[in-house]
Amino acid sequence: MISVRNLSKYYGARQVLSATSHDFPPGQITSVIGPNGAGKSTLLMLMARLLEPSQGQVLLGQDDATLMPINQYAQNVATLRQSPGLNMRLTVAELVAFGRFPYSRGSLTQDDHRMIDEALNFLSLAPLRHAYLDEISGGQRQLAFLAMTIAQQTSVLLLDEPLNNLDMKHAVHIMQSLRRLCDEQGRTVILVIHDVNFAANYSDHILALKAGEVQFSGSTHDTIDESLLRDLYELDFEIMNNKRGCVCDYFTPRLGASQ
Amino acid sequence: MFATNYHLQRKKRMNTRTQGEPATKTTDNRLAVAAINRRMAYLLIGLCGVSLMLGAHTIAWADLSIGSGEAWLMLTASRLPRLVAILLTGIGLAVSGVILQQMVQNRFVEPGTSGGLDAAKLGILIALTQIPTAGKIGQMLLALAFCLATSLVYIAIIRRIQFKNTTLVPVIGLMYGGLLSACAEFYAYQYNIMQSMQGWLLGDFSKVVQGQYEVIYLILPIVAVTYLYAHRFTVMGMGEETAKSLGLGYTTTAAMGLMLVAITVSVTVISVGAIYFVGLVIPNLVALHYGDNLRHTLPTVALGGALLLLACDIVGRLLVYPFEVPIGLTAGAIGGAIFLALILRGDQR
Repeated sequence: MISVRNLSKYYGARQVLSATSHDFPPGQITSVIGPNGAGKSTLLMLMARLLEPSQGQVLLGQDDATLMPINQYAQNVATLRQSPGLNMRLTVAELVAFGRFPYSRGSLTQDDHRMIDEALNFLSLAPLRHAYLDEISGGQRQLAFLAMTIAQQTSVLLLDEPLNNLDMKHAVHIMQSLRRLCDEQGRTVILVIHDVNFAANYSDHILALKAGEVQFSGSTHDTIDESLLRDLYELDFEIMNNKRGCVCDYFTPRLGASQ
Repeated sequence: MFATNYHLQRKKRMNTRTQGEPATKTTDNRLAVAAINRRMAYLLIGLCGVSLMLGAHTIAWADLSIGSGEAWLMLTASRLPRLVAILLTGIGLAVSGVILQQMVQNRFVEPGTSGGLDAAKLGILIALTQIPTAGKIGQMLLALAFCLATSLVYIAIIRRIQFKNTTLVPVIGLMYGGLLSACAEFYAYQYNIMQSMQGWLLGDFSKVVQGQYEVIYLILPIVAVTYLYAHRFTVMGMGEETAKSLGLGYTTTAAMGLMLVAITVSVTVISVGAIYFVGLVIPNLVALHYGDNLRHTLPTVALGGALLLLACDIVGRLLVYPFEVPIGLTAGAIGGAIFLALILRGDQR
């Protein structure tokens, strides 16, 4: 299980995350939501060890994550930032193979090849495996990077806005794949997400941040609530449940209701 | 010549693909790399022969007896050292270009567009004037120190830039190199060695003779280490964040890369002078056709570097035969032309 204890991050005098503590439930999808500048990405980067915390700890099980060798950490926690390394000329399969880098340092074993194939098949990328990254669409590229992260075979996946700039079909594809990662493989997925509807329909657990502090957290069922979301986003929400899920309607706020 | 080979190769590849079996392009791509490597190796061997034959003095091959005689002396004291120096310099510069490009994540960076060559010049100049007793090794060490220090500063500058525009990065490198070059020239002016410096630091293999060039063999272990680290350098090319989340010690790898580049650059500048564009043109051509997975492409890059430099040298020796044009000029002209073509082609896409 991954958790954070009293985690803070300052840039000079500006505090972007203050004394945040949270246990992320294992084997579930946790969506980190909140308005811009709430400290969501900062939290994720701290957990990924891409930023140094000013105070506090990231715990992996009982161990302090910052004390772990970075290579060992990469075998436990995989991170995907928004569309990295775009000007590399690698094929999809070559990219996914680098997901095995923490284990193989480049010399792939039979097992590595099997996991690469599994990751490609999991996201239905097999037909594209020999296409160069700079010759496929943005959605396909995002899937390829996700496949690399999956091939890393970590118990925890951290994803920073994985749906950014994707069309609806690719967005749904990615969220369904994340759901299957949890349900079929028992992985812990933690993602920063702006689309509250995707968060409400696909995640088990919600962590809401505002101005660097935890506003609320809990199961999706308890937290996708009109008044909680209204306070979080300062927008008028109407939640409509149907048999396939729910829709959080904030598109046309009632006049005067948002204050 | 690479281009035609490549097109043949691609035609072949497309033919096999249309006939069926869609799933084997990686092996196919590797076959293509192996095939181009083989062709380049044949071509290289041929050019090596030409290079050994070529010169103001005609070697009487019939009289060649191993271990003695004029022909043997000519071969071992001048022709062979020159050939080895050309091959190793070409390999070293092309490989350095690749490492720098991965590190800065910019295709237009090479020792010549990141201040590295100019820094090495400045280092050698200072060694020459301040510690004339230092010898080749001393000069090289000072060049190395300068090269490393200025590369660190360059990387620091690049990392501070907010907008990593593809052309801005090498332009800053060129300006930076210009600054270092100006320092070198001012320094040379004060010591009244302007003329000799300009002649001497323009890449030129004609001064390579036995006893003067051996330091260039350092490039061999460097290329070996680069090959061992190829995967790490590719991961480094994905950027610091991705590299770290894949468990790569980014800073260590980058420091290692800079060290390898600095040694290569100072060794080549000290033994043959500054040669531009090889580190730029070859990695770009190879990446365009065979991608960025260094473990697969590094041999092609090395062969390409050797081939381009050797071809430039032969052209330079034939143009005004029996005299010769310094390779710094021919490599600059040929490399520059190829590079321009690459840029224009890139714009069309």
